[in-house]
Amino acid sequence: MEEDVETRKISSSFLRDHSYATEADIISTVEFNHTGELLATGDKGGRVVIFQREQESKNQPHRRGEYNVYSTFQSHEPEFDYLKSLEIEEKINKIRWLPQQNAAYFLLSTNDKTVKLWKVSERDKRPEGYNLKDEDGRLRDPSMITMLRVPVLRPMDLMVEATPRRVFANAHTYHINSISVNSDYETYMSADDLRINLWNFEITNQSFNIVDIKPANMEELTEVITAAEFHPHHCNTFVYSSSKGTIRLCDMRTSALCDRHAKFFEEPEDPSNRSFFSEIISSISDVKFSHSGRYIMTRDYLTVKVWDLNMENRPIETYQVHDYLRSKLCSLYENDCIFDKFECVWNGSDSVIMTGSYNNFFRMFDRNTKRDVTLEASRENSKPRAILKPRKVCVGGKRRKDEISVDSLDFSKKILHTAWHPSENIIAVAATNNLYIFQDKVN
Amino acid sequence: MGEEEGLHQTQLLDTMFVRGLKRKCFDGEEDIEGTLAGIKAIPSYNLQRQSLLDMSLVKLQLCHMLVEPNLCRSVLIANTVRQIQEEMTQDGTWQMINTQSTGQASLDRLVSTDILCRSSREQAEGKHVPGYTTYNKDFEGDQAQDSSETMSTASSVQVPRNLQSNVWEMENPQENKGNFQKSLDQIFETLENKSPNSVEDLFSEVDNSYYDLDTMLTGMMSNSKMGHCDGLETFSSPTATASNSNCKSDLNELDHIVEILVES
Repeated sequence: MEEDVETRKISSSFLRDHSYATEADIISTVEFNHTGELLATGDKGGRVVIFQREQESKNQPHRRGEYNVYSTFQSHEPEFDYLKSLEIEEKINKIRWLPQQNAAYFLLSTNDKTVKLWKVSERDKRPEGYNLKDEDGRLRDPSMITMLRVPVLRPMDLMVEATPRRVFANAHTYHINSISVNSDYETYMSADDLRINLWNFEITNQSFNIVDIKPANMEELTEVITAAEFHPHHCNTFVYSSSKGTIRLCDMRTSALCDRHAKFFEEPEDPSNRSFFSEIISSISDVKFSHSGRYIMTRDYLTVKVWDLNMENRPIETYQVHDYLRSKLCSLYENDCIFDKFECVWNGSDSVIMTGSYNNFFRMFDRNTKRDVTLEASRENSKPRAILKPRKVCVGGKRRKDEISVDSLDFSKKILHTAWHPSENIIAVAATNNLYIFQDKVN
Repeated sequence: MGEEEGLHQTQLLDTMFVRGLKRKCFDGEEDIEGTLAGIKAIPSYNLQRQSLLDMSLVKLQLCHMLVEPNLCRSVLIANTVRQIQEEMTQDGTWQMINTQSTGQASLDRLVSTDILCRSSREQAEGKHVPGYTTYNKDFEGDQAQDSSETMSTASSVQVPRNLQSNVWEMENPQENKGNFQKSLDQIFETLENKSPNSVEDLFSEVDNSYYDLDTMLTGMMSNSKMGHCDGLETFSSPTATASNSNCKSDLNELDHIVEILVES
């Protein structure tokens, strides 16, 4: 990927994206599974759409596997909490895949209150020749049955069906912002604004509370949990980030309730940068372990930071995503954009990190070469199979030909959710209600 | 786009909230040529801060009206309000406003996070909340005090203030502001005393204008889910919208009141 960032050889191949723009189709989460064969998206209407990568065919070697729709299902429905007279949105906040253990695929999807485990399986045979019912399913008159037969399995058109296998409900008073599957593949955690619960996949009627930062007196509340994730290899370790820009690493072996952290990551504030918005822009919107488990990456409003787990007092790398917005914070506060929660992702080898910005821009940073690139996910500015052109935002007075000025940025076009294939250079970028998939150009 | 308009309106404010320059009363003028017109165009630091405080309070008010407030956002806004209030207390500007209206100790005036973060539903369950009613008085006090200054400041500062005054203004601005506050006071007193008032008693005390305002605002929020800029701008035609407003939000508010009483 380093080479690609330098020479900018990133091609784009578009999948069939949504052609309508109703609010329900706004994509709210994107996630590759562990092999990269499947890509799941969740939207504001509670639906999950899973794409599957085509098998590479020998006939068309230049066409690397494209992603086509594999399955679509309604994961969550809108609900009404009668006790509080509040609506519960059906928007899918997060999807996380389980590692594949048999022919079926399993994923967790969550809205604000309920986590569900879905099984996605293929059916390409069906039984024919029942005794008690005919082919249409109607019951046969028992008196008309004169002989017994054994049903046989006959091939049928491939059908992909999704069934909810578990529903984990009623465990969260506040809005769930993260779910994370543990490396033991037996448990997972769900985190809301003030609490984190640990679940066993087999048990839906109870969960363990492992973090609780709710103050006894809600008047004293000044900090909330913004994201949480398990360590990729150590099943006892997890991290959670806060709205004050801190990350806590906890070890579940120390105590049942992990209110006391094992490590506390916080960068001292730069006094010259202090303003009324300092706290808001320091709020961490996403935290991700590297694949190696050695580093964590955090995203706050203006930067992405990489931390070494062994050093708590400051990050080892800081990347400016869109520092030109620093002088616009008041406007962004007024129109609420300052509260946008951007996600960040690692590539498979932990050498490149990616995050989104405004105007359908997204940014990639190469940790080794220290080069970065800004790209745009939009139909008007790139054709299918065309190499993406790097974009640039001009901050000074003179605007060059292809640059865009800060004041012309469209703040309604934000890229909050992106995903990177676990082993190849394929990325998925969600731009409002459109999904873009970009691949490396072959040779 | 509401968001783009918001950018232009507060562009001047943006230049003042640039990094590191908290005390920008005089520093800001270095950016301009130094003409008299230039000095007049930049709002003073105190006015900017006041404007930010007002904007934040309005945001929190709006998030009260929403069905499920985003807790993270509420907490961050509340912390910003606290920060401003603490600075104003240290400045002495907070004391000034204090002595003008009621003369209470300054720390009591700090709005508690509790009020600012909880939904109106949870508020009803909670304890006595002195900060809320005094906040209302502050807001009106500021309005009265700064109205004369509003005229002479730059238009970009004026716009947010006008938006806020539209929030509270209907046909009879002064009357309705007072009625709104009185109704809230009565509701909270009822909760405090925990006396088993009947539903009818509560309703008979509450002025109808409370429901009108509330209906209008909840009607706003359910109609337009765009940025708050858009929501605030539609306040300019209250009567038209009141007629279109959701009956459901009326009932929701009544349900809230009933539930408050059932719990107490």
